[in-house]
Amino acid sequence: MNAIIILSSLGIIAMLAEMFSFKKSLWYLVLAGLAVVFVVNLLDWNLDTPEQQFKNMILFDNYAVAFGGLIIILVFAWFLISYNHYKDSELNVSDHFSLIIFSSVGALILVSYTHLSMLFLGVEILSIPLYILAGSMKKDLASNEASLKYFMLGAFATGILLFGITMLYGATGTFNIVEIGMYVQKSSEISILFYSGLMLVLIALAFKVSAAPFHFWTPDVYQGAPVLITAFMATIVKTAAFAAFFRLFSNSFGLIINDWNFILSIITALTIVLGNILAAYQTSVKRLLAYSGISQAGYLLMTILAVNQESSKMALLLYTASYSISTLGAFGVLYHVMKSKGSDSLDSFNSLGKTQPLLGFVMAVSMLSLAGIPPTIGFFAKFYLFSNLLSMGNTYLWLVIVAIVGSLVSVYYYFKVIIAMYAKEGAASPLMLTTFHRALLIIITGLIIIIGLAPGILVSMDNFKI
Amino acid sequence: MGEFFKYFSPSIYNYVILSSILFAIGVMGVLIRRNIIIIFMAIELMLNAVNLLLVGFSVHHDDTGGQVFVFFIMAVAAAEITVGLAILMMIYRNTGSVSVDSLKNLKW
Repeated sequence: MNAIIILSSLGIIAMLAEMFSFKKSLWYLVLAGLAVVFVVNLLDWNLDTPEQQFKNMILFDNYAVAFGGLIIILVFAWFLISYNHYKDSELNVSDHFSLIIFSSVGALILVSYTHLSMLFLGVEILSIPLYILAGSMKKDLASNEASLKYFMLGAFATGILLFGITMLYGATGTFNIVEIGMYVQKSSEISILFYSGLMLVLIALAFKVSAAPFHFWTPDVYQGAPVLITAFMATIVKTAAFAAFFRLFSNSFGLIINDWNFILSIITALTIVLGNILAAYQTSVKRLLAYSGISQAGYLLMTILAVNQESSKMALLLYTASYSISTLGAFGVLYHVMKSKGSDSLDSFNSLGKTQPLLGFVMAVSMLSLAGIPPTIGFFAKFYLFSNLLSMGNTYLWLVIVAIVGSLVSVYYYFKVIIAMYAKEGAASPLMLTTFHRALLIIITGLIIIIGLAPGILVSMDNFKI
Repeated sequence: MGEFFKYFSPSIYNYVILSSILFAIGVMGVLIRRNIIIIFMAIELMLNAVNLLLVGFSVHHDDTGGQVFVFFIMAVAAAEITVGLAILMMIYRNTGSVSVDSLKNLKW
């Protein structure tokens, strides 16, 4: 809880940086503030009775602390990557930083809400700064277009979400997700209002996590937005949206899983198939990563199908962590390629592995991890996810087969990047890496490989129950 | 006089139907119209249909939570549409048009 308050204050301080002219030191201040937020967030870990805050609107249980910690780490890593970009640019650094921090506040609310109004506010606080940031290259038509598309579809999805919440309220008389779960448990006949609300909420959240057939905005927005903002959207926003999705469905709708699992499994299969097939046709790496994000959203939806399994939370945490750090590594490299070559096409990656061994290695490891090839964290996360779904019986065997075929297809397009980097000839690019950036890339690569080699450290920890 | 209105007071399902119609008009507006300003108006219509229904349910359940939620929605919708109009201004400066047809740079 205090993490949210401190992070909001940090955002306000960042806004004041322009006025009181401490812009130069703002970056260090933000990093220090994020470290404090991380520690404060961890203080809520494993409380015997988690604190109910603000009349049961927010609850920092272990689930919220674990995902909150992941989000804060990702924001920290994002700031390390962005240093190079904001260090000597003409941009209003304090505006950008405060918007990013406010967006992270929304992410923290989304992982800890217990009241549907907080779900709505979290989604909005997360999205509204990003509408602005997606359009932050004011003269660039692609950026403008991305911003407007994101805004219109985001607002549209919010309308649908609100209508769904209202229907649920009409059926149950409460906004509290636990009380909605109790309503489901008690009532002998669930009203039609409840089911229409459930479907509308499902559609709205599918919009937010970019699941097919509601994924069409994602590639356009990811491609048009500035690359660092895309990195933020692809990692932090997706983690928060999935954490919110899971929290709602496990608390409220877990008992009537047989009423919605069919439609969600269709959405899941469609997302995996469409995301992987369309990614194979891309020539722009930025757009390829967008489609890869869509297909990974399909794998993540498989945890929500297993929402009643105790191990699903762990599977979701591992998969979001693996996807986010791998994607962040890929975007960290893409940022430098775009800056040195001015293009995000596949050709601009040619011979990167030879001219820039570090960048090439990081990109290759990230791609292998996203494709789910051992010994990376991505392989282990996928394995854990599939076995978690299969432990429920053979109901979803077909879905796991679709997912495995999908990841085989994904190997094709992830390897296109690796082949371009190591097997094709291309011009050398000047190196523009700062120390922070290089350190971060090395840490990301290390994490991907170390956790991939020894996954037991995370899962077998006895007191790590979320 | 009070008895008279009680006799004619609509049931909660009338509110549900009215709000659903308003919401559907909003959705169709977003999907069909090409002018971005009209689309913004359609989005507002969707949100206000929700507000109406929330107040109806709030009275139906005799619970003030729904009415408080309406204030949240109003405040956030105002903030959201402010950002939307700023984005629209930016696009108008660059393209000289407020039609969604001017947005066709990004595909596939």
